[in-house]
Amino acid sequence: MHDDHAPPAPSVLDRRQLLSRCAGWAGTAAVYTMAGGTLSSTSLDQALAAGPRHHGGGAAKPFTFLQISDTHIGFDKAANPHARDTAIQAVEKIKALPHQPDLILHTGDITHLSTDAQFDDAKQILSGLSAPVFYVPGEHDFLDEGQGKAFLAHYGRGTKGTGWYSFDHYGVHFVALNNVANLKPGGMAHIGEEQLAWLKSDLAGLSASTPIVLFGHIPLWTVYEQWGWGTDDSAQALALLRRFGSVTVLNGHIHQILHKVEGNVAFHSARSTAYPQPAPGAAAAPGPLKVPDAQLPTMLGIRSAHFVPGTGPIALVDQSFA
Amino acid sequence: MFCFSASARRLAPLFLGLALPVLVGPSGALVAAQPAQAQTVAIKGFAFVAQSITVPVGTTVTWVNQDEDPHTVTATDKSFHSAAMDTGDKYSFTFTRAGEFAYFCSLHPHMTGKVIVKG
Repeated sequence: MHDDHAPPAPSVLDRRQLLSRCAGWAGTAAVYTMAGGTLSSTSLDQALAAGPRHHGGGAAKPFTFLQISDTHIGFDKAANPHARDTAIQAVEKIKALPHQPDLILHTGDITHLSTDAQFDDAKQILSGLSAPVFYVPGEHDFLDEGQGKAFLAHYGRGTKGTGWYSFDHYGVHFVALNNVANLKPGGMAHIGEEQLAWLKSDLAGLSASTPIVLFGHIPLWTVYEQWGWGTDDSAQALALLRRFGSVTVLNGHIHQILHKVEGNVAFHSARSTAYPQPAPGAAAAPGPLKVPDAQLPTMLGIRSAHFVPGTGPIALVDQSFA
Repeated sequence: MFCFSASARRLAPLFLGLALPVLVGPSGALVAAQPAQAQTVAIKGFAFVAQSITVPVGTTVTWVNQDEDPHTVTATDKSFHSAAMDTGDKYSFTFTRAGEFAYFCSLHPHMTGKVIVKG
């Protein structure tokens, strides 16, 4: 794809663009950050205004963000007939967090079947969040006849290609990738030449000390090739990230927590809010895993991420629904 | 078990129209039209079962998704493709020429299958 979705966005969002993108935005939201042991509060408007708008900007400061994944709005099968309710539960859990996130990353499979009704329902459920939500699509969000048209109609404003973009927040550079479009027979997830070229130019102006958070749906390392749990051309993306001191890669898709560290890159796979899947190779096939009712809440969850400048990797806290 | 697809149902009156004159022909012989060939492929456990099938020209192949995850049937050369199929959904395609037709699930591309059509 060569068309950008109007309005074209630069690789760095300024505050106005950030706000215009975010459906879940509420102008009066408060941001709490831990700085030097002191809890401070400021309006998100002020916080974003004060944030660095340029690559390599120096105004890094501690903040919290959040990852939710695989809400699968519309799923109603045996593994969790109440996926809508557990998505609402996730929103309630986030609202109850002692440190509210500046922003939320949704790492895809927002819906189960890419219908407008499901996208609308997901928006309504997540509109209960005060922080802006940044989305990438999962393959379940790209299975309409238009192969992603529905997703892009709902979330594609200001993004490029099949929905990729980047933005900066308090010294951290966030990159949203789509690795579920135009998949090839026999392969796994795929980033594609056009997106890789964009990624190269997006990262080109950044200093190596800029912390990078890259988020996409399917794992960017090969978790289990037989189940397609990996990305064919991830090595090309990772080569572009090699020079950076701190790279955090967040994904969903496999509905379970997995971590892997490879040099400067830390990979983290998150739980779903909808249903679990088997551990890699632990079943004949992937897919929704039916567990005893009492066990289900222990296998669903959300993830908080705490960034403190100059302290190494971003600290993650996974919280189940149990 | 073969289930008539929407396309098969649409074609049924056409077959009847062609067959009828033959049945009342002057020779008095009943000439039955060649029965339409049908074959089913299950989609289960993130695989096409059977992964490869061989059928005569004119066969209608029906795929049935038995998984709890949606899948597609997408020809590698894009000559045919289903919409996303949720649990229990079916998709049929009639192969009218000989050849090997590779296909895959465009959502889970490690799932591949093949239809070999013999003339």
